[in-house]
Amino acid sequence: MQARSFDYVRPATIAQALKVLGEGGGRAKVLAGGQSLIPVLKLRLAEPRLLVDIGRIPGLAFIQERKDGLRIGAMTRHRDLEQSKLIRERYPILADTASSLGDPQVRNLGTIGGSLAHADPASDWGAALLAFETELVARGPNGTRVIPIDRFFRDTFKTALRAKELLTEIRVPKSAKRDGGAYLKLKRKTGDFATIGVAAQLGLNEKGSVAVVRIGLASVGPTPIRAKRAEEALLGRKAGPTAFAESAKAAALEARPTSDLRGSEEYKRAMVEVYARRALELATHRAGR
Amino acid sequence: MVDSVFGQSIPRKEDDRFLTGRGSFVADMVLPGTVYASFVRSPYAHARIKRISGARAQRSPGVLGVFTATDLKGEVGDIPCAWPVSNANIKTPAYPPLARDVVRYQGEAVAVVVAEDPYLAEDARELVEVEYAPLPVVVNHEEAVKKGAPQLHAEVPENVAFRWGIKGGDVDAAFREADVTISQRFVNQRLQPSAIEPRASLATYDPGTKELTVYLTSQNPHIHRLLFSLILNIPEQRIRVVAPDIGGAFGSKLACYPWDAVVAHLAIRLGRPVKWVEDRTENYHGTNHGRDQVQYVDLAAKADGTILGIRVNALVNLGAYLSTAGPGSPTILFGFMVGGCYTIKAAKVDVTGVFTNTTPTDIYRGAGRPEALFLVERMVDILARRLKKDPAEIRRKNFIPTDKFPYQIALGLTYDSGNYPAALDKALDLVAYKNIREEQAKARKQGRLIGIGLSSYVEICGLGPSNIVNSTGFAGGLWGSSVVRLHPTGKVTVYTGGHPHGQGEETTFAQVVSKELGMPVEDIDVVHGDTKSTPMGMGTYGSRTTPVEGGSLALSARKIRDKARKIAAHLLEAREEDLEFADGKFTVKGSTKAKTIQEVAWAAYMGGNLPEGMEPVLDATTFYDPKNFVFPFGTHACVVEVDKDTGAVKIRRYVAVDDCGPQINPMIVEGQVHGGVLQGLAQAMLEQTVYDASGNLLTNSLLEYLVPTALEAPAIETAYTVTPSPHNPIGVKGVGETGTIAASQAYVNAVCDALGVDHIDMPITPEKVWRILHRK
Amino acid sequence: MATKRRASRAKRPPPGGNGGHVISINVNGTKYTRPVEPRVLLVDFLRDDLRLTGTHVGCDTSHCGACTVLLDGEAVKSCTMLAVQADGRSVTTIEGLAQRGRLHPVQEAFKAHHGLQCGFCTPGVVLAAVDLLQRNTEPSEDEIRVAISGNLCRCTGYVNIVRSIEAAAAEVGRFEGG
Repeated sequence: MQARSFDYVRPATIAQALKVLGEGGGRAKVLAGGQSLIPVLKLRLAEPRLLVDIGRIPGLAFIQERKDGLRIGAMTRHRDLEQSKLIRERYPILADTASSLGDPQVRNLGTIGGSLAHADPASDWGAALLAFETELVARGPNGTRVIPIDRFFRDTFKTALRAKELLTEIRVPKSAKRDGGAYLKLKRKTGDFATIGVAAQLGLNEKGSVAVVRIGLASVGPTPIRAKRAEEALLGRKAGPTAFAESAKAAALEARPTSDLRGSEEYKRAMVEVYARRALELATHRAGR
Repeated sequence: MVDSVFGQSIPRKEDDRFLTGRGSFVADMVLPGTVYASFVRSPYAHARIKRISGARAQRSPGVLGVFTATDLKGEVGDIPCAWPVSNANIKTPAYPPLARDVVRYQGEAVAVVVAEDPYLAEDARELVEVEYAPLPVVVNHEEAVKKGAPQLHAEVPENVAFRWGIKGGDVDAAFREADVTISQRFVNQRLQPSAIEPRASLATYDPGTKELTVYLTSQNPHIHRLLFSLILNIPEQRIRVVAPDIGGAFGSKLACYPWDAVVAHLAIRLGRPVKWVEDRTENYHGTNHGRDQVQYVDLAAKADGTILGIRVNALVNLGAYLSTAGPGSPTILFGFMVGGCYTIKAAKVDVTGVFTNTTPTDIYRGAGRPEALFLVERMVDILARRLKKDPAEIRRKNFIPTDKFPYQIALGLTYDSGNYPAALDKALDLVAYKNIREEQAKARKQGRLIGIGLSSYVEICGLGPSNIVNSTGFAGGLWGSSVVRLHPTGKVTVYTGGHPHGQGEETTFAQVVSKELGMPVEDIDVVHGDTKSTPMGMGTYGSRTTPVEGGSLALSARKIRDKARKIAAHLLEAREEDLEFADGKFTVKGSTKAKTIQEVAWAAYMGGNLPEGMEPVLDATTFYDPKNFVFPFGTHACVVEVDKDTGAVKIRRYVAVDDCGPQINPMIVEGQVHGGVLQGLAQAMLEQTVYDASGNLLTNSLLEYLVPTALEAPAIETAYTVTPSPHNPIGVKGVGETGTIAASQAYVNAVCDALGVDHIDMPITPEKVWRILHRK
Repeated sequence: MATKRRASRAKRPPPGGNGGHVISINVNGTKYTRPVEPRVLLVDFLRDDLRLTGTHVGCDTSHCGACTVLLDGEAVKSCTMLAVQADGRSVTTIEGLAQRGRLHPVQEAFKAHHGLQCGFCTPGVVLAAVDLLQRNTEPSEDEIRVAISGNLCRCTGYVNIVRSIEAAAAEVGRFEGG
């Protein structure tokens, strides 16, 4: 299958990219790693007039830990997040996510920013970053703005990014000492989208109670969602099987999966419960390190 | 000193080109002036074509032409079926190269665009305007035979293409005498063969010699030549089909596809080479699907576990048209094998072939035998459950005794040789069967679910004896062919009528000849795939290449050796009886006088000093018609553990014990077992073709059609017994499909054993297991 | 409505105008400068423009991995990349693996351990393995299976592919060049 014809431009700076996007009239599309976009073009499911390749703009791929938390450049590849020592040791939930995605070749080209901007309901990054008070930084013709992740996903394949904006950075708040997280993805086979995915990041206090928790779910709604009631069921309680079970049950009820080739709604919902419980257990185990 | 390499795991001669990217696949080929075809395919599963207009497409850049069925009239005939099974009242409705008036499955082509490059061809394809009037759709074969179901072909009432049946012994008596009868419905689901190389054809016509050449992803170039000759009305000897390197086939590159015939015609019509490479979406819509049987099985047995009789009533989904060998695999290759390894005295098999608005089905690895062995091995396990007996012992009790071979089964076939208890014992030993049962009992108390499944099989391959094959309605014999040619410089070229595509015969055939002639493997090259250079041949499928083509080869090599012996005797002025032949040398007994076979080859070429009346040159041809099929067998064992929360099943061990007779190259044999087993497991665990009620193929990409990666593939342990075939010239049987024939039921038996249920239909998804565990 | 006529228009938009770009790409050690349409995939550029047909196309949805090449040393699916994206970069295809007539240890190991049957997936699998062994000379079986999890093989059942890569791991350090 071959894509339809399009024009192509490769700006050298963000400013140039914004200029081109601004002139694009809505039929320009940003090309990041291409692992979501190119298959779409090949199947002729989208017809952009212009592809804006931001792959060579310097300064968009980085993983930095600052005082207030992690900063990840939007063009950081899944592979770099998977292999980063910092990520594996201090934010293992993100390492889980990176390695659950696609396959090695896809991870070598695909980017976290491209994945987020694509906004597939099965977005693993979407679910995982919902487990933090993540902020997404967008640059546009009128300057920079920060979008909290809770307001980022609008609908299937639709985010809060405007047509003339570029996602440049992802900010993940600092991981505290007794923090732990995990992303567990149920899939039919390697390379498949999530049947369901559960991300849980929690923080324990000295008594072992859950001081803070956020749970993100993939593939159980038109966008990745937060399981707020599951979080509420856990907050302030002693981390342990009883609390996890109740929280997981709540997560399953909040999920809105649909029946498809990956499974029936009933099964998916049941798996949200199982995976939520397992994710909370693993997160707690990691918090205890 | 030439070591006989027969029986040794020497590295393959074909590997160098593949490892360095120098394989020659059809998609790699380009001839000067090549243009590209792109087919317009129906999005509807069943519709009347009201109007087609290629005017806009015609004006698209680079387009040479747009063609429909009207343009092909009188030039390209319909696609014939080469296996209209006999005694089945078979209907053979027209199978047009491009749809005429009606489309009958999603993906059927209605027009073709030819352009200067493939990108432009695809652009232009979108501009062809087709107006359809949708018709009611039926995708399920049980639905299609019901009253009021949409009819696909006017001349085929109830969509029934054939009713085929065989029987042996007194089945009614068996069921009367039985202490226990079991009935079970099985679904052997539709699969997509998914060879990694999509199909392709490149055709070119030489107006000077009037020769049509078609480079084709084919498992059987001579058969394609014959069919193209009929379809295009071109003299057969003026068609050359070249099947170069083929990237896997598993039966899906055997059939004659309409679009290859269209491409060939366009090359003649346009006076340019025409190339067409399908993409994966087209492959999934158009290249043959496999299996797709619903089976109602009854088994009659005594309380002690002796099986008295088996009755099978099956419906097979043929798709929208009869594919080249489509009717044969769910009848001939299926029906005769439902007794498996057992002395079942009475059997009756009825198969109804049904048309539906789906892709035509045809041969897919195992071709009928997986469907047969699955049902009998599942019934044996269900019987064991019913009688509370060990499934290993039920098998052993019913096995055909080792001293009874050749053994004629109730359905009339004669199995050539077998030693089923030995394979079973070896498998039980390797998998530590008793230990697993103990561990299973312990685990159950802890709430863990472990299961072990056995699968004993015998299968029919090495297709096949022409008289039997002809009588089944197959339009051809299935003899093997070879030419062995010694060059004056002492090298050998072997030409074979088979066409291996991964099975390694460029190496194993050299090993066979090396053994017969005492010549180094490096000096022996095997040529296959080109109808211009190879003898008339039947191709590679049905695990026939090693036993039948290899059998032919051994006979040709022996003819060479016998002639060489005569020449050597003549040159050495000795009597033939006084010569010893070893390591490629004829030596006069008790002396040092000798001639190497290379020296004999030179003398034969020189021609002036040969025995009276003998023709020059060491060159032998054999068309070998096997006396019987060959019947490899074995027992596989699969151990699984079930995750009770999710229903996920993990394979803890998979042990395969197989017997294909003597092994020319054990490493290659093992590779076939590995590949076959994974495909069988994939049917049991992952794969399934899914159509929705409107006939949309939902599993139309590798995203939805689940082919296993290395992470879904288990470790596979192999072991062997060796029971030669008494009638084969080198005693060998086939092994290319045994894994696929054994593995699915090994897995299903294991999961059913873990869960304590009679049956679960494939693919056994975690959700199916979860529903059983959680009573949903 | 069939017509047989020679195409009178330009076959593709001319380079440099109407979407054409000129790219410079190092493939197997040789620099190529070529005009290319933006929509042309890297795999088609390699196969059709450079006639390096060892890289194969097996699917439409980036699942099969038969098109795997090394981009600046890392395994990528060349069917999911535009040729223009590879401008200024270096690509290694299967044809570029052997050095001065010597097979790479991975190629040798695949031959010794029967890691291929039909050969169609092989270039992709071999390059995925090369990528792995460049980074990890003692991979566990699981690491090997993960490294090739983006490559589908329908023939081998993966058993001998894994064995081949295990065998190659021991040899890779000693191989020169590349």
